[in-house]
Amino acid sequence: MCGIVGLFLKDKTLEPQLGSLLTKMLVTMTDRGPDSAGIAIYSNDSMDKSKIVVQSDTPETDFDGLDDALAKVIGAPVSIKTTSTHAVLSVPQGAIENARAALSQVNPALRIMSRGDTLEIYKEVGLPKDVAARFEIEQMSGSHGIGHTRMATESAVTTMGAHPFNTGDDQCLVHNGSLSNHASLRRKLRREGIHIETENDTEVGAAYLTWQMQNGATLGEALESSLDDLDGFFTFVVGTKDGFGVVRDPIACKPAVMAETDQYVAFGSEYRALADLPGIEDARVWEPEPATVYFWSHTNQPTKEKAA
Amino acid sequence: MQTLDMADIELREMNETLHAQAENTNQTSWEIVNPKGAHAIACGLDAPIEVTVKGSTGYYCGGMNKQATINIEGSAGPGVAENMMSGTVVIDGDASQYAGATGHGGLLVIKGNASSRCGISMKGIDIVVHGNIGHMSAFMAQTGNLVVCGDAGDALGDSLYEARLFVRGSVKSLGADCIEKEMRPEHLAILADLLERAGADAKPEEFKRYGSARELYTFKIDNAY
Repeated sequence: MCGIVGLFLKDKTLEPQLGSLLTKMLVTMTDRGPDSAGIAIYSNDSMDKSKIVVQSDTPETDFDGLDDALAKVIGAPVSIKTTSTHAVLSVPQGAIENARAALSQVNPALRIMSRGDTLEIYKEVGLPKDVAARFEIEQMSGSHGIGHTRMATESAVTTMGAHPFNTGDDQCLVHNGSLSNHASLRRKLRREGIHIETENDTEVGAAYLTWQMQNGATLGEALESSLDDLDGFFTFVVGTKDGFGVVRDPIACKPAVMAETDQYVAFGSEYRALADLPGIEDARVWEPEPATVYFWSHTNQPTKEKAA
Repeated sequence: MQTLDMADIELREMNETLHAQAENTNQTSWEIVNPKGAHAIACGLDAPIEVTVKGSTGYYCGGMNKQATINIEGSAGPGVAENMMSGTVVIDGDASQYAGATGHGGLLVIKGNASSRCGISMKGIDIVVHGNIGHMSAFMAQTGNLVVCGDAGDALGDSLYEARLFVRGSVKSLGADCIEKEMRPEHLAILADLLERAGADAKPEEFKRYGSARELYTFKIDNAY
Protein backbone atom coordinates (compact mmCIF):
# COMPACT_ATOMS: atom_id res chain seq x y z
CA MET A 1 0.00 0.00 0.00
CA CYS A 2 0.95 3.66 -0.35
CA GLY A 3 -1.10 6.78 -0.86
CA ILE A 4 -0.76 9.12 -3.81
CA VAL A 5 -2.42 12.45 -4.44
CA GLY A 6 -2.06 14.92 -7.26
CA LEU A 7 -3.63 18.24 -8.11
CA PHE A 8 -3.35 20.13 -11.37
CA LEU A 9 -4.99 23.55 -11.28
CA LYS A 10 -6.69 24.99 -14.34
CA ASP A 11 -8.09 27.92 -12.41
CA LYS A 12 -5.33 30.36 -11.44
CA THR A 13 -7.38 31.76 -8.56
CA LEU A 14 -6.92 28.44 -6.75
CA GLU A 15 -3.11 28.64 -6.96
CA PRO A 16 -2.64 30.22 -3.51
CA GLN A 17 -4.51 27.24 -2.06
CA LEU A 18 -2.47 24.52 -3.78
CA GLY A 19 -0.41 23.69 -0.69
CA SER A 20 -3.36 23.54 1.65
CA LEU A 21 -5.53 21.49 -0.74
CA LEU A 22 -2.71 19.02 -1.40
CA THR A 23 -1.85 18.73 2.29
CA LYS A 24 -5.45 17.93 3.17
CA MET A 25 -5.59 15.32 0.41
CA LEU A 26 -2.35 13.71 1.56
CA VAL A 27 -3.25 13.68 5.25
CA THR A 28 -6.47 11.84 4.34
CA MET A 29 -4.30 9.11 2.81
CA THR A 30 -2.19 8.68 5.97
CA ASP A 31 -3.44 5.20 6.81
CA ARG A 32 -2.32 3.95 3.39
CA GLY A 33 1.29 4.49 4.51
CA PRO A 34 2.64 6.08 7.67
CA ASP A 35 6.38 5.60 7.06
CA SER A 36 7.40 8.71 5.19
CA ALA A 37 5.76 11.44 3.18
CA GLY A 38 6.69 13.92 0.50
CA ILE A 39 5.25 16.65 -1.64
CA ALA A 40 6.39 18.12 -4.94
CA ILE A 41 5.17 21.64 -5.59
CA TYR A 42 5.48 23.46 -8.89
CA SER A 43 5.46 27.21 -8.52
CA ASN A 44 6.65 29.72 -11.02
CA ASP A 45 7.66 32.46 -8.61
CA SER A 46 11.11 33.31 -9.98
CA MET A 47 11.14 33.47 -13.76
CA ASP A 48 14.89 33.76 -14.24
CA LYS A 49 16.01 31.48 -11.43
CA SER A 50 16.44 27.75 -11.07
CA LYS A 51 16.12 25.90 -7.80
CA ILE A 52 17.96 23.07 -6.11
CA VAL A 53 16.40 21.68 -2.97
CA VAL A 54 18.89 20.02 -0.62
CA GLN A 55 18.39 18.07 2.58
CA SER A 56 20.64 17.61 5.57
CA ASP A 57 20.32 15.77 8.87
CA THR A 58 22.31 18.60 10.47
CA PRO A 59 20.81 21.68 8.81
CA GLU A 60 22.15 24.16 11.42
CA THR A 61 25.75 23.50 10.44
CA ASP A 62 25.32 22.38 6.83
CA PHE A 63 23.13 25.25 5.61
CA ASP A 64 25.02 28.02 7.40
CA GLY A 65 27.03 29.86 4.75
CA LEU A 66 26.12 27.32 2.06
CA ASP A 67 24.92 30.06 -0.32
CA ASP A 68 28.20 31.97 -0.16
CA ALA A 69 30.30 28.82 -0.47
CA LEU A 70 28.33 27.69 -3.51
CA ALA A 71 28.37 31.17 -5.08
CA LYS A 72 32.13 31.26 -4.81
CA VAL A 73 32.55 27.95 -6.64
CA ILE A 74 30.07 28.63 -9.47
CA GLY A 75 30.84 32.33 -9.76
CA ALA A 76 27.20 33.37 -9.73
CA PRO A 77 24.83 34.70 -7.08
CA VAL A 78 23.10 32.12 -4.91
CA SER A 79 20.29 32.71 -2.44
CA ILE A 80 19.10 30.27 0.18
CA LYS A 81 15.80 29.70 1.96
CA THR A 82 15.89 27.18 4.76
CA THR A 83 12.90 25.29 6.12
CA SER A 84 13.64 22.59 8.69
CA THR A 85 15.91 19.94 7.11
CA HIS A 86 15.54 21.33 3.60
CA ALA A 87 17.00 24.37 1.89
CA VAL A 88 16.04 25.84 -1.45
CA LEU A 89 19.06 27.21 -3.30
CA SER A 90 18.20 29.66 -6.07
CA VAL A 91 20.75 30.12 -8.83
CA PRO A 92 20.59 31.95 -12.16
CA GLN A 93 18.89 29.92 -14.86
CA GLY A 94 21.53 28.03 -16.79
CA ALA A 95 23.80 27.69 -13.77
CA ILE A 96 21.92 24.73 -12.34
CA GLU A 97 24.12 21.99 -13.78
CA ASN A 98 27.25 23.75 -12.50
CA ALA A 99 25.65 24.30 -9.13
CA ARG A 100 24.64 20.68 -8.81
CA ALA A 101 28.14 19.50 -9.62
CA ALA A 102 29.65 22.09 -7.28
CA LEU A 103 27.48 20.98 -4.38
CA SER A 104 29.30 17.68 -4.18
CA GLN A 105 32.56 19.61 -3.64
CA VAL A 106 31.10 22.16 -1.25
CA ASN A 107 29.44 19.54 0.95
CA PRO A 108 29.20 15.94 -0.26
CA ALA A 109 26.93 15.05 2.68
CA LEU A 110 24.05 17.12 1.30
CA ARG A 111 21.26 15.16 -0.34
CA ILE A 112 19.64 16.61 -3.42
CA MET A 113 15.85 16.41 -3.25
CA SER A 114 15.06 18.15 -6.51
CA ARG A 115 16.29 20.47 -9.20
CA GLY A 116 14.50 22.55 -11.78
CA ASP A 117 13.02 25.94 -12.58
CA THR A 118 9.70 25.50 -10.79
CA LEU A 119 9.89 22.19 -8.87
CA GLU A 120 10.51 21.92 -5.14
CA ILE A 121 10.40 18.52 -3.41
CA TYR A 122 10.06 18.22 0.35
CA LYS A 123 10.17 14.76 1.91
CA GLU A 124 11.02 13.18 5.22
CA VAL A 125 10.36 10.17 7.40
CA GLY A 126 7.14 10.63 9.37
CA LEU A 127 3.41 11.10 9.01
CA PRO A 128 2.02 13.35 6.27
CA LYS A 129 0.66 15.85 8.79
CA ASP A 130 4.04 16.17 10.50
CA VAL A 131 6.02 16.37 7.28
CA ALA A 132 3.60 18.96 5.84
CA ALA A 133 3.75 21.02 9.04
CA ARG A 134 7.54 20.85 9.20
CA PHE A 135 7.87 22.36 5.71
CA GLU A 136 4.82 24.64 5.97
CA ILE A 137 3.40 23.08 2.82
CA GLU A 138 -0.04 24.52 3.55
CA GLN A 139 1.25 28.03 2.95
CA MET A 140 2.68 27.19 -0.47
CA SER A 141 1.11 28.28 -3.70
CA GLY A 142 1.67 26.77 -7.09
CA SER A 143 0.18 25.58 -10.34
CA HIS A 144 0.30 21.84 -9.65
CA GLY A 145 1.75 19.34 -7.24
CA ILE A 146 1.86 15.71 -6.21
CA GLY A 147 2.19 14.01 -2.85
CA HIS A 148 2.95 10.57 -1.53
CA THR A 149 2.72 8.74 1.75
CA ARG A 150 4.72 5.56 1.94
CA MET A 151 4.26 2.08 3.30
CA ALA A 152 7.72 0.69 2.64
CA THR A 153 8.02 -2.74 1.07
CA GLU A 154 11.19 -2.92 -0.99
CA SER A 155 13.72 -0.84 0.93
CA ALA A 156 14.49 1.03 4.13
CA VAL A 157 12.43 3.87 5.57
CA THR A 158 14.76 6.80 4.98
CA THR A 159 14.58 10.30 3.53
CA MET A 160 16.11 9.07 0.31
CA GLY A 161 13.61 6.21 0.14
CA ALA A 162 10.70 8.65 0.44
CA HIS A 163 8.79 9.81 -2.63
CA PRO A 164 8.59 11.92 -4.83
CA PHE A 165 11.74 11.02 -6.73
CA ASN A 166 13.32 13.67 -8.91
CA THR A 167 13.87 12.15 -12.35
CA GLY A 168 15.33 15.10 -14.21
CA ASP A 169 15.03 18.88 -14.26
CA ASP A 170 11.50 19.71 -13.09
CA GLN A 171 10.44 16.09 -13.27
CA CYS A 172 9.36 13.81 -10.47
CA LEU A 173 7.69 10.49 -9.87
CA VAL A 174 5.59 8.92 -7.15
CA HIS A 175 4.68 5.25 -7.07
CA ASN A 176 2.20 2.96 -5.43
CA GLY A 177 3.18 -0.65 -5.88
CA SER A 178 6.36 -2.65 -6.07
CA LEU A 179 8.72 -3.36 -8.93
CA SER A 180 10.04 -6.90 -9.07
CA ASN A 181 12.81 -6.47 -11.64
CA HIS A 182 14.44 -3.47 -9.97
CA ALA A 183 17.69 -5.28 -9.13
CA SER A 184 18.49 -6.30 -12.70
CA LEU A 185 17.26 -3.00 -14.08
CA ARG A 186 19.41 -1.09 -11.57
CA ARG A 187 22.51 -2.98 -12.74
CA LYS A 188 21.63 -2.26 -16.35
CA LEU A 189 21.01 1.45 -15.74
CA ARG A 190 24.21 1.80 -13.71
CA ARG A 191 26.13 0.29 -16.62
CA GLU A 192 24.53 2.97 -18.78
CA GLY A 193 25.99 5.55 -16.40
CA ILE A 194 22.77 6.48 -14.60
CA HIS A 195 23.29 7.47 -10.97
CA ILE A 196 21.13 5.42 -8.60
CA GLU A 197 21.64 6.06 -4.93
CA THR A 198 19.52 3.61 -2.97
CA GLU A 199 18.20 0.05 -3.02
CA ASN A 200 14.71 1.45 -3.52
CA ASP A 201 12.59 0.05 -6.36
CA THR A 202 10.89 3.33 -7.23
CA GLU A 203 14.21 5.11 -7.59
CA VAL A 204 14.98 2.57 -10.33
CA GLY A 205 11.65 3.40 -11.97
CA ALA A 206 12.54 7.08 -11.81
CA ALA A 207 16.04 6.41 -13.14
CA TYR A 208 14.53 4.36 -15.96
CA LEU A 209 12.40 7.32 -17.06
CA THR A 210 15.42 9.63 -16.80
CA TRP A 211 17.46 7.25 -18.95
CA GLN A 212 14.72 6.96 -21.57
CA MET A 213 14.41 10.72 -21.79
CA GLN A 214 18.18 11.19 -21.98
CA ASN A 215 17.99 8.95 -25.03
CA GLY A 216 15.46 11.18 -26.69
CA ALA A 217 12.13 9.82 -25.50
CA THR A 218 9.41 12.23 -24.48
CA LEU A 219 7.91 11.68 -21.05
CA GLY A 220 4.87 10.13 -22.72
CA GLU A 221 7.07 7.73 -24.67
CA ALA A 222 9.10 6.90 -21.57
CA LEU A 223 5.93 6.08 -19.64
CA GLU A 224 4.66 4.06 -22.58
CA SER A 225 7.85 1.96 -22.68
CA SER A 226 7.81 1.54 -18.89
CA LEU A 227 4.76 -0.65 -19.46
CA ASP A 228 7.02 -3.10 -21.35
CA ASP A 229 10.20 -2.84 -19.31
CA LEU A 230 9.04 -2.59 -15.71
CA ASP A 231 7.83 -5.79 -14.11
CA GLY A 232 5.60 -5.46 -11.09
CA PHE A 233 2.74 -3.44 -9.78
CA PHE A 234 2.56 0.26 -10.26
CA THR A 235 0.37 3.25 -10.33
CA PHE A 236 2.69 6.12 -11.24
CA VAL A 237 1.96 9.81 -11.07
CA VAL A 238 4.60 11.99 -12.71
CA GLY A 239 5.05 15.72 -12.45
CA THR A 240 6.62 17.91 -15.11
CA LYS A 241 7.22 21.63 -15.42
CA ASP A 242 3.87 22.20 -17.05
CA GLY A 243 1.72 19.27 -16.11
CA PHE A 244 1.20 15.86 -14.64
CA GLY A 245 0.65 12.38 -15.94
CA VAL A 246 -0.75 9.08 -14.72
CA VAL A 247 -0.06 5.52 -15.78
CA ARG A 248 -1.08 2.18 -14.26
CA ASP A 249 0.32 -1.26 -15.01
CA PRO A 250 -1.86 -3.62 -17.09
CA ILE A 251 -3.09 -5.56 -14.05
CA ALA A 252 -4.06 -2.31 -12.32
CA CYS A 253 -4.60 -3.63 -8.83
CA LYS A 254 -3.14 -0.50 -7.25
CA PRO A 255 -6.07 1.87 -6.86
CA ALA A 256 -6.53 5.20 -8.62
CA VAL A 257 -9.37 7.68 -8.83
CA MET A 258 -9.44 10.89 -10.80
CA ALA A 259 -11.73 13.89 -10.77
CA GLU A 260 -11.98 16.74 -13.24
CA THR A 261 -13.83 20.05 -13.05
CA ASP A 262 -13.38 23.37 -14.85
CA GLN A 263 -11.03 24.33 -12.01
CA TYR A 264 -8.74 21.31 -11.65
CA VAL A 265 -7.76 17.74 -12.40
CA ALA A 266 -7.17 15.72 -9.24
CA PHE A 267 -5.73 12.29 -8.55
CA GLY A 268 -6.15 10.17 -5.43
CA SER A 269 -5.42 6.59 -4.45
CA GLU A 270 -8.94 6.68 -3.04
CA TYR A 271 -11.98 8.86 -3.46
CA ARG A 272 -11.59 9.90 0.20
CA ALA A 273 -8.63 12.05 -0.81
CA LEU A 274 -10.80 13.99 -3.25
CA ALA A 275 -13.92 14.25 -1.12
CA ASP A 276 -13.17 17.73 0.26
CA LEU A 277 -12.09 19.40 -2.97
CA PRO A 278 -14.20 22.38 -4.02
CA GLY A 279 -17.00 21.43 -6.42
CA ILE A 280 -16.31 17.69 -6.14
CA GLU A 281 -20.07 16.98 -6.15
CA ASP A 282 -20.24 18.04 -9.77
CA ALA A 283 -16.85 16.73 -10.88
CA ARG A 284 -16.42 14.01 -13.47
CA VAL A 285 -15.00 11.17 -11.38
CA TRP A 286 -13.48 8.08 -12.97
CA GLU A 287 -10.85 5.39 -12.67
CA PRO A 288 -7.93 5.67 -15.07
CA GLU A 289 -7.71 2.67 -17.40
CA PRO A 290 -4.91 0.11 -17.08
CA ALA A 291 -1.87 0.44 -19.37
CA THR A 292 -2.98 3.86 -20.58
CA VAL A 293 -0.94 7.04 -20.31
CA TYR A 294 -2.87 10.14 -19.27
CA PHE A 295 -1.39 13.60 -19.33
CA TRP A 296 -2.51 17.11 -18.52
CA SER A 297 -0.47 20.18 -19.39
CA HIS A 298 -0.78 23.89 -18.77
CA THR A 299 0.82 24.68 -22.12
CA ASN A 300 -0.63 22.05 -24.43
CA GLN A 301 -4.06 20.65 -25.03
CA PRO A 302 -4.77 17.84 -22.58
CA THR A 303 -4.07 14.39 -23.97
CA LYS A 304 -6.45 12.26 -22.01
CA GLU A 305 -5.62 9.20 -24.00
CA LYS A 306 -2.21 8.19 -25.14
CA ALA A 307 0.40 10.91 -24.76
CA ALA A 308 2.55 11.92 -27.72
CA MET B 1 -36.37 7.48 8.27
CA GLN B 2 -33.37 7.36 10.60
CA THR B 3 -30.36 9.46 9.63
CA LEU B 4 -26.77 8.67 10.54
CA ASP B 5 -24.38 11.54 9.84
CA MET B 6 -20.78 10.42 9.42
CA ALA B 7 -19.64 13.96 10.09
CA ASP B 8 -20.88 13.45 13.66
CA ILE B 9 -20.38 9.78 14.47
CA GLU B 10 -17.56 7.31 13.97
CA LEU B 11 -17.78 4.56 11.38
CA ARG B 12 -17.94 1.91 14.08
CA GLU B 13 -20.87 3.54 15.83
CA MET B 14 -22.71 3.81 12.51
CA ASN B 15 -22.19 0.11 11.74
CA GLU B 16 -23.04 -0.95 15.30
CA THR B 17 -26.30 0.96 15.09
CA LEU B 18 -27.22 -0.88 11.91
CA HIS B 19 -26.05 -4.23 13.33
CA ALA B 20 -28.33 -3.69 16.33
CA GLN B 21 -31.42 -3.83 14.13
CA ALA B 22 -33.26 -7.09 14.70
CA GLU B 23 -35.18 -9.14 12.16
CA ASN B 24 -38.46 -7.48 13.20
CA THR B 25 -37.19 -3.93 13.72
CA ASN B 26 -39.61 -1.10 13.12
CA GLN B 27 -36.77 1.16 11.97
CA THR B 28 -36.55 -0.20 8.46
CA SER B 29 -35.38 2.88 6.62
CA TRP B 30 -31.94 4.40 7.16
CA GLU B 31 -29.97 7.15 5.54
CA ILE B 32 -26.22 7.66 5.82
CA VAL B 33 -25.02 11.17 5.02
CA ASN B 34 -21.50 12.53 4.53
CA PRO B 35 -19.90 9.18 3.62
CA LYS B 36 -17.01 10.98 1.84
CA GLY B 37 -15.52 7.74 0.55
CA ALA B 38 -15.17 6.12 3.97
CA HIS B 39 -14.35 2.40 4.11
CA ALA B 40 -16.60 -0.44 5.28
CA ILE B 41 -19.86 1.50 5.33
CA ALA B 42 -22.90 -0.68 6.14
CA CYS B 43 -20.83 -3.86 6.35
CA GLY B 44 -22.08 -7.09 7.86
CA LEU B 45 -25.74 -6.10 8.06
CA ASP B 46 -28.22 -8.86 8.86
CA ALA B 47 -31.75 -7.45 8.96
CA PRO B 48 -34.39 -6.64 6.33
CA ILE B 49 -33.70 -2.90 6.43
CA GLU B 50 -33.11 -0.38 3.64
CA VAL B 51 -30.01 1.78 3.89
CA THR B 52 -29.36 4.67 1.52
CA VAL B 53 -25.86 6.12 1.39
CA LYS B 54 -25.95 9.73 0.19
CA GLY B 55 -22.66 9.92 -1.67
CA SER B 56 -19.65 7.88 -2.74
CA THR B 57 -18.15 5.11 -0.65
CA GLY B 58 -14.65 3.66 -0.18
CA TYR B 59 -13.54 0.07 0.20
CA TYR B 60 -15.95 -2.77 1.01
CA CYS B 61 -19.28 -0.96 1.29
CA GLY B 62 -22.07 -3.49 1.93
CA GLY B 63 -19.58 -6.30 2.47
CA MET B 64 -20.98 -9.59 3.83
CA ASN B 65 -24.50 -8.20 3.50
CA LYS B 66 -27.45 -10.40 4.53
CA GLN B 67 -31.06 -9.39 3.91
CA ALA B 68 -30.53 -5.63 3.78
CA THR B 69 -31.08 -3.41 0.76
CA ILE B 70 -28.27 -0.90 0.38
CA ASN B 71 -28.50 1.97 -2.11
CA ILE B 72 -25.39 3.99 -2.89
CA GLU B 73 -26.22 7.37 -4.37
CA GLY B 74 -22.75 7.84 -5.76
CA SER B 75 -19.89 5.57 -6.81
CA ALA B 76 -18.43 2.70 -4.83
CA GLY B 77 -14.78 1.94 -4.08
CA PRO B 78 -13.06 -1.45 -4.32
CA GLY B 79 -14.78 -4.59 -3.06
CA VAL B 80 -18.34 -3.30 -2.88
CA ALA B 81 -20.73 -6.04 -1.69
CA GLU B 82 -17.78 -8.39 -1.28
CA ASN B 83 -18.94 -11.78 -0.01
CA MET B 84 -22.59 -10.72 0.02
CA MET B 85 -24.84 -13.54 1.27
CA SER B 86 -28.30 -12.18 0.44
CA GLY B 87 -30.16 -8.88 0.04
CA THR B 88 -29.57 -6.20 -2.56
CA VAL B 89 -26.91 -3.57 -3.20
CA VAL B 90 -27.65 -0.91 -5.83
CA ILE B 91 -25.00 1.59 -6.95
CA ASP B 92 -26.12 4.64 -8.91
CA GLY B 93 -22.63 5.43 -10.17
CA ASP B 94 -19.59 3.30 -10.99
CA ALA B 95 -17.99 0.52 -8.98
CA SER B 96 -14.25 0.05 -8.57
CA GLN B 97 -12.31 -3.21 -8.63
CA TYR B 98 -13.68 -6.61 -7.58
CA ALA B 99 -17.30 -5.60 -7.09
CA GLY B 100 -19.29 -8.50 -5.68
CA ALA B 101 -16.19 -10.65 -5.24
CA THR B 102 -16.82 -14.07 -3.68
CA GLY B 103 -20.52 -13.21 -3.21
CA HIS B 104 -22.69 -16.15 -2.20
CA GLY B 105 -26.12 -14.69 -2.88
CA GLY B 106 -28.26 -11.60 -3.29
CA LEU B 107 -28.33 -9.08 -6.11
CA LEU B 108 -25.71 -6.44 -6.90
CA VAL B 109 -26.78 -3.75 -9.37
CA ILE B 110 -24.25 -1.30 -10.79
CA LYS B 111 -25.93 1.40 -12.85
CA GLY B 112 -22.67 2.83 -14.15
CA ASN B 113 -19.55 0.88 -15.10
CA ALA B 114 -17.66 -1.68 -13.07
CA SER B 115 -13.88 -1.79 -13.06
CA SER B 116 -11.59 -4.82 -13.25
CA ARG B 117 -12.26 -8.18 -11.57
CA CYS B 118 -16.00 -7.67 -11.25
CA GLY B 119 -17.53 -10.84 -9.77
CA ILE B 120 -14.19 -12.53 -9.20
CA SER B 121 -14.73 -15.92 -7.56
CA MET B 122 -18.48 -15.30 -7.29
CA LYS B 123 -20.28 -18.16 -5.57
CA GLY B 124 -23.97 -17.61 -6.23
CA ILE B 125 -24.43 -13.84 -6.27
CA ASP B 126 -26.25 -12.20 -9.19
CA ILE B 127 -24.57 -9.10 -10.60
CA VAL B 128 -26.16 -6.79 -13.15
CA VAL B 129 -24.01 -4.00 -14.61
CA HIS B 130 -25.81 -1.43 -16.73
CA GLY B 131 -22.53 -0.22 -18.25
CA ASN B 132 -19.20 -1.90 -19.00
CA ILE B 133 -16.92 -4.10 -16.94
CA GLY B 134 -13.10 -4.19 -16.80
CA HIS B 135 -10.54 -6.91 -17.33
CA MET B 136 -10.40 -10.28 -15.53
CA SER B 137 -14.05 -10.15 -14.56
CA ALA B 138 -15.67 -13.35 -13.26
CA PHE B 139 -12.23 -14.94 -12.83
CA MET B 140 -12.78 -18.39 -11.26
CA ALA B 141 -16.48 -17.59 -10.90
CA GLN B 142 -18.23 -20.61 -9.45
CA THR B 143 -21.98 -20.06 -9.56
CA GLY B 144 -24.43 -17.20 -10.03
CA ASN B 145 -25.08 -14.85 -12.93
CA LEU B 146 -23.11 -11.89 -14.21
CA VAL B 147 -25.11 -9.68 -16.59
CA VAL B 148 -23.33 -6.91 -18.50
CA CYS B 149 -25.44 -4.55 -20.58
CA GLY B 150 -22.35 -2.88 -22.06
CA ASP B 151 -18.94 -4.30 -23.01
CA ALA B 152 -16.57 -6.63 -21.17
CA GLY B 153 -12.80 -6.13 -20.93
CA ASP B 154 -9.94 -8.58 -21.41
CA ALA B 155 -9.92 -12.16 -20.15
CA LEU B 156 -13.58 -12.47 -19.27
CA GLY B 157 -14.40 -15.57 -17.25
CA ASP B 158 -10.88 -16.95 -17.00
CA SER B 159 -10.82 -20.38 -15.30
CA LEU B 160 -14.57 -20.25 -14.92
CA TYR B 161 -16.57 -22.94 -13.13
CA GLU B 162 -20.37 -22.93 -13.38
CA ALA B 163 -21.30 -19.23 -13.30
CA ARG B 164 -23.30 -17.87 -16.24
CA LEU B 165 -22.04 -14.74 -17.96
CA PHE B 166 -24.33 -12.65 -20.16
CA VAL B 167 -22.87 -9.79 -22.19
CA ARG B 168 -24.84 -7.53 -24.52
CA GLY B 169 -21.91 -5.63 -26.04
CA SER B 170 -18.46 -6.69 -27.13
CA VAL B 171 -16.04 -8.88 -25.21
CA LYS B 172 -12.46 -7.70 -25.63
CA SER B 173 -11.15 -11.20 -25.02
CA LEU B 174 -12.23 -14.40 -23.31
CA GLY B 175 -10.08 -15.87 -20.55
CA ALA B 176 -8.76 -19.42 -20.48
CA ASP B 177 -11.51 -22.03 -20.81
CA CYS B 178 -14.31 -19.47 -21.26
CA ILE B 179 -16.45 -19.92 -24.39
CA GLU B 180 -19.60 -18.58 -25.91
CA LYS B 181 -22.54 -20.90 -25.38
CA GLU B 182 -25.99 -21.24 -26.86
CA MET B 183 -28.75 -19.16 -25.30
CA ARG B 184 -31.58 -21.50 -24.37
CA PRO B 185 -35.09 -20.54 -23.19
CA GLU B 186 -34.20 -21.11 -19.54
CA HIS B 187 -31.35 -18.63 -19.88
CA LEU B 188 -33.58 -16.02 -21.46
CA ALA B 189 -35.97 -16.46 -18.53
CA ILE B 190 -33.16 -15.98 -15.99
CA LEU B 191 -31.97 -12.89 -17.88
CA ALA B 192 -35.44 -11.38 -18.17
CA ASP B 193 -35.95 -11.73 -14.43
CA LEU B 194 -32.56 -10.24 -13.54
CA LEU B 195 -32.88 -7.33 -15.97
CA GLU B 196 -36.27 -6.47 -14.59
CA ARG B 197 -35.14 -6.65 -10.98
CA ALA B 198 -32.13 -4.50 -11.84
CA GLY B 199 -34.20 -1.88 -13.63
CA ALA B 200 -32.31 -2.35 -16.89
CA ASP B 201 -34.26 -1.86 -20.10
CA ALA B 202 -32.14 -4.18 -22.25
CA LYS B 203 -33.80 -7.14 -23.97
CA PRO B 204 -32.67 -10.67 -23.13
CA GLU B 205 -32.41 -11.54 -26.84
CA GLU B 206 -29.67 -8.94 -27.27
CA PHE B 207 -27.24 -10.83 -25.02
CA LYS B 208 -24.75 -13.60 -25.62
CA ARG B 209 -24.06 -16.23 -23.04
CA TYR B 210 -20.58 -17.32 -21.98
CA GLY B 211 -19.59 -20.17 -19.75
CA SER B 212 -16.93 -22.73 -18.96
CA ALA B 213 -15.76 -25.15 -21.63
CA ARG B 214 -14.82 -27.40 -18.70
CA GLU B 215 -11.51 -28.29 -20.31
CA LEU B 216 -9.07 -27.17 -17.65
CA TYR B 217 -7.31 -29.81 -15.57
CA THR B 218 -9.63 -29.11 -12.62
CA PHE B 219 -12.43 -30.67 -14.63
CA LYS B 220 -10.53 -33.90 -15.34
CA ILE B 221 -11.42 -36.62 -12.90
CA ASP B 222 -7.94 -38.16 -13.20
CA ASN B 223 -6.53 -35.05 -11.54
CA ALA B 224 -8.65 -35.56 -8.43
CA TYR B 225 -6.89 -36.51 -5.23
